[in-house]
Amino acid sequence: MANNLMVLVRKDMLMEWRQKHTLYGVGLYVASTVFAIYMMSGQPEAKQWNALFWLTQLFVAVNAVAKSFLQEHPNRFRYYFTLVKPTTFLMAKMIYSSSLMLVMSLISLMLYSILLGWPLEQGGLFILISLVGSISLSAVFTFLSAIAARAQQNSALMAILGFPLVTPVLMILSNLSLKAISPVYQPGWWVLAIVLLALDLLVIILGVALFPFLWQE
Amino acid sequence: MAGDSSMSKGLQGFIDSQMRLWWWKVLCVACLAFATIGGMLLPVPRLNILNETIRNLYYHVPMWITMMMLYMAGFAYSIIYLRTGKLKDDIFAYQLTATGIAFSVFGMITGMEWAKYTWGEAWSNDPKQLGTALSMLIYFAYLVLRNGMKDEEKRAKISAVYNIFAFALLIPLIWILPRMVDSLHPGNGGNPAFKSYDRDFSMTIVLYPAFIGWILMGFWIASICIRTNMVRYKQENRYQYDIEKNSANA
Repeated sequence: MANNLMVLVRKDMLMEWRQKHTLYGVGLYVASTVFAIYMMSGQPEAKQWNALFWLTQLFVAVNAVAKSFLQEHPNRFRYYFTLVKPTTFLMAKMIYSSSLMLVMSLISLMLYSILLGWPLEQGGLFILISLVGSISLSAVFTFLSAIAARAQQNSALMAILGFPLVTPVLMILSNLSLKAISPVYQPGWWVLAIVLLALDLLVIILGVALFPFLWQE
Repeated sequence: MAGDSSMSKGLQGFIDSQMRLWWWKVLCVACLAFATIGGMLLPVPRLNILNETIRNLYYHVPMWITMMMLYMAGFAYSIIYLRTGKLKDDIFAYQLTATGIAFSVFGMITGMEWAKYTWGEAWSNDPKQLGTALSMLIYFAYLVLRNGMKDEEKRAKISAVYNIFAFALLIPLIWILPRMVDSLHPGNGGNPAFKSYDRDFSMTIVLYPAFIGWILMGFWIASICIRTNMVRYKQENRYQYDIEKNSANA
């Protein structure tokens, strides 16, 4: 199973590498989003910077992760169905979209530091939180894009389904990253971090449990 | 999975057998009549700011409890549907959840009306309100997802999967979110909740019948929706069946 998983992930990455225009498309989407924010807000205060950063992550996640299920032709899923177990397939997609999202969040962080300034006290901690955040966002949106793909809808449906579900996750993430911005004592920080990890675990378990039902015709 | 399905069959058998009976409908009407009239007329504790608005407790809290019960029942039927694959269970899951959505709207309206008199404005970005707004959005998205699909089997399966995913995530989120920000809502941050009024016999005597009455009312509405849709489903399938039979004869 681990072997199949790695093959599937490699296949997705290879496809991404060969069709570079979609990869550049997402990169350009990130760049133009950050640039539009910069045009409107200049260099905001640390708290606004944080809020804008997580909003950007949300929109980037919708666009980057939508590719995981929505870009493939529905008929090809029948072919995959004959090859691997559904849970392997979902895990492969989740790994692929999280790694894509990790790269995109690093790019947006870099663009933020160039255009909107770097108001962080603990840069390393913020990068760590944004990496964990991109994994949580992409896990939720991968599953929702599977739902949208099976319903033969576009990424707009994914956004409708996903925004209310990830809003609390974004709240937790932005509260966590406040620690990296200003060295204020936050009493419940570790509890919040554990809650976030538990939520991620819950999303993955639910996805693995429910995906086989979604998969069958 | 065989062992589990016998349990779900027991539950379904019980619900099927009780759905058409009258005893719980009489109980529902009696409880609601008592709770509505008693809620308006019986004495309540005199408290600052709250004053007579405390009577809203008899209408607002039962709405949320009924909503939660209906969502839970819809969630259970979504799981049962994924197990059995019978469209009958999908009709149950959808109608229970849709009735729950209606009750969430009632709960929101009664809460906002109360907040207007005690907090000064109908919407004050209270975390409880935010959490409720999020859960309403999640379930409205369920309606959008479901009504966007034509194929019955597929619609049933996908909406069951989303219902389970959303409900299982909603419960922890509803518990976490209000604890991240201070709330004005009774029961948070030193504001008294209805537990502290429980000692007051005059409120308990109305509140519990109100809970029972409104929960039964929610399931009554849902059962009527389920039964009309079952009739429609059977008729539509009979029509399809007739066409198939005629085309086979011709």
